[in-house]
Amino acid sequence: MGKYKKHIFYSLYLIAFAAMVFIAYTSSKYRPESVSVLFTDFSWLGNWPKWLDLPLMPFLNEGFDKLIREYGMFFEGINNFLLGLYTQMKNFMVGLPWPLLMIGIIALCYFVSGRNTGTTIMVAFCVFFLGFLSPRYWDKCIMTTCIVVIGMLLCLIIGIPVGIMMARNKKVRNALLPVLDLMQTIPSFCYLIPGILLFGLGAVPAIFAIFVYAVPPLIRLTDLGIRLVDKEVVEAAEAFGASKKQKLWGVQLPLALPNIMQGINQCTMMSLAMVVIASMIGTRGIGDEVLLGLQQLNVGMATEAGIAIVLLAIIFDRITQSYGEKIQERTHLKKDIKL
Amino acid sequence: MSKIEIKNVYKIFGDQPSKVLPMVQNGATKEEVLEKTGHTVGLDNVSLSIEEGETFVCMGLSGSGKSTLIRHINRLIDPTAGVVSVEGTNVMDLDQKKLIDFRRHKMSMVFQRFGLFPHKTVLENVGYGLEVQGQKPEERNKTAMEKIEAVGLTGFEHQYPNQLSGGMQQRVGLARALATNTDIMLMDEAFSALDPLIRSDMQKQLIDLQSELKKTIVFITHDLDESLRLGDHIGILNGGRLVQVGTPIDIIMNPADDYVEAFVKDVNRAKVIKAKIIMTPANKSNDVDKSNLVKIGEDQFLDEFLPQIVCSNANCEVVDKEGNVKGYLTKKELSKALTKEHMANAVKSA
Ligand SMILES: Nc1ncnc2c1ncn2[C@@H]1O[C@H](COP(=O)(O)OP(=O)(O)OP(=O)(O)O)[C@@H](O)[C@H]1O
Ligand SMILES: [Mg+2]
Repeated sequence: MGKYKKHIFYSLYLIAFAAMVFIAYTSSKYRPESVSVLFTDFSWLGNWPKWLDLPLMPFLNEGFDKLIREYGMFFEGINNFLLGLYTQMKNFMVGLPWPLLMIGIIALCYFVSGRNTGTTIMVAFCVFFLGFLSPRYWDKCIMTTCIVVIGMLLCLIIGIPVGIMMARNKKVRNALLPVLDLMQTIPSFCYLIPGILLFGLGAVPAIFAIFVYAVPPLIRLTDLGIRLVDKEVVEAAEAFGASKKQKLWGVQLPLALPNIMQGINQCTMMSLAMVVIASMIGTRGIGDEVLLGLQQLNVGMATEAGIAIVLLAIIFDRITQSYGEKIQERTHLKKDIKL
Repeated sequence: MSKIEIKNVYKIFGDQPSKVLPMVQNGATKEEVLEKTGHTVGLDNVSLSIEEGETFVCMGLSGSGKSTLIRHINRLIDPTAGVVSVEGTNVMDLDQKKLIDFRRHKMSMVFQRFGLFPHKTVLENVGYGLEVQGQKPEERNKTAMEKIEAVGLTGFEHQYPNQLSGGMQQRVGLARALATNTDIMLMDEAFSALDPLIRSDMQKQLIDLQSELKKTIVFITHDLDESLRLGDHIGILNGGRLVQVGTPIDIIMNPADDYVEAFVKDVNRAKVIKAKIIMTPANKSNDVDKSNLVKIGEDQFLDEFLPQIVCSNANCEVVDKEGNVKGYLTKKELSKALTKEHMANAVKSA
């Protein structure tokens, strides 16, 4: 029975392949006058023949056009919402006097890290240096931060529930794993294009690209974290009659939290990487300083902006990481699990 | 009707258990099945019934399927074939809601590797069963504190499990199971990590609890002395098969096969044999020297009065609860009972 199934599966591959070759052949402009030519003149075996070309590009373009035609309103709505959120947030933070904002960030770090003085001093130092490097960078870093934060929120809202679903249901996991692989294999740059087509230029396509690029590790680590919870501990919850909800919120999520925090940390780092790349499609932020440096072959400028990005990354990393460590301490899990 | 009824239960671990089932049913052993199909036989045609109020002890070597068996009773594991019924209800017929209710109110469990919640304090751990039932914190903390005291962990209630030693963690697991006060208790090697003093204390507590509350307990252990002390019936598993079920005396006197015999070989007989089993009945005791007698109860184990006899060089007068003389014990019977070869005969003639 199992063998039989496998054979059917293989023949399906064969049929699909034959169909694709047929489509490629019939839709190609360069095909020979008749098929019989192929069997008399074997020159097509030398170089890859022009007619053996799957018409994927026109197909995709058509599909994309249709998507925009029919769901344009939908994307417009998302665009307006995200753009509004971004503008509000940015204007608010830019409007604040810089010392106040700095104190705010330092206070946030202090409490989030569980009153860890070392981390706080380091973050304070980095925050100060952002403006100190060049006064222009202050506002630009705020823009970048806003984009990253909104992208992250999107990742959290969607990524964590999806991760939970994957951990609970084997079928969902098997269906999603290849999709996640694909999302992580496609060069991050490629996500910008659909972003532009769907949302135009600016901050929103960057947020979209961040989401697609940075959500897979969060989903994976949520899934992994939940599945790594000691089986007997989950069984204990079941044995005492915990409902699914009680099990999830009372046992699985709290114990998976260190892993989820690790996912959030990775997610942040990837968002930051993406937002720098996104400056190429006109997203304002610290990334365009690097771009400008490149275009003008101004090494000093590009390096200075590069340092600013590193500082920003350290700030994000330290804050999320230290929060994860604090949680780990609180839940009394072994501290040496690090990915 | 028995409290717990297990009928022809098979459990096969692997990808396609139902395909391997016929092979197991046709008598293939655990090793054969593993070699040929890569599936592990957890349980192989196990049938047993456990009566209300008794302590059923399950023994067997590592990997013989004890934990698998106990997990079937509260349906942490679904059987591949067969029926598990508790109080007449087939546990496989319960829907999600009923199953939750059943687990909350009918039975509690102590886990082999403790299964404590690392992010909860001892107090929260012990109160967990009550928490999922929806009890208010004040109420459940009160019950939890009582149980923490019962297992001797007062003062540790605000510590986290990984701040405790293994034996202390095990006692937290024990207290957690006691807290819900259910009819049925499933105890998977519940005393294995305890030191001898606390262990014997816990055994005593369990026996006292039993005489008072008459719970139905399924107890897994590797320790034969423990099983003999606690068990009303003992079941012995080998490679997923139940090779013998019987009373402690049964198991010691008539081991069903070499496996069981190897198990009981080193048992401390004085701890298992009661006076009434080997005494010479009163009506046949004409030649017993009755000049120097010590009174003992008929249900006392030999090791409880043995030192006294040896020191005082007296014979025993065995009496029942009302004080009626039932028989006599001399050095002859005692030495017979305590050496292996004479054992079976001594019991048969009794
Ligand atoms: N989830 C599982 N998946 C696959 N095989 C399992 C699983 N659980 C148990 N087994 C197998 O079932 C058999 C019985 O295991 P079980 O845990 O019941 O043994 P045990 O008698 O409790 O042993 P121990 O005394 O070491 O606890 C073992 O051979 C084990 O490999
Ligand atoms: Mg076990």
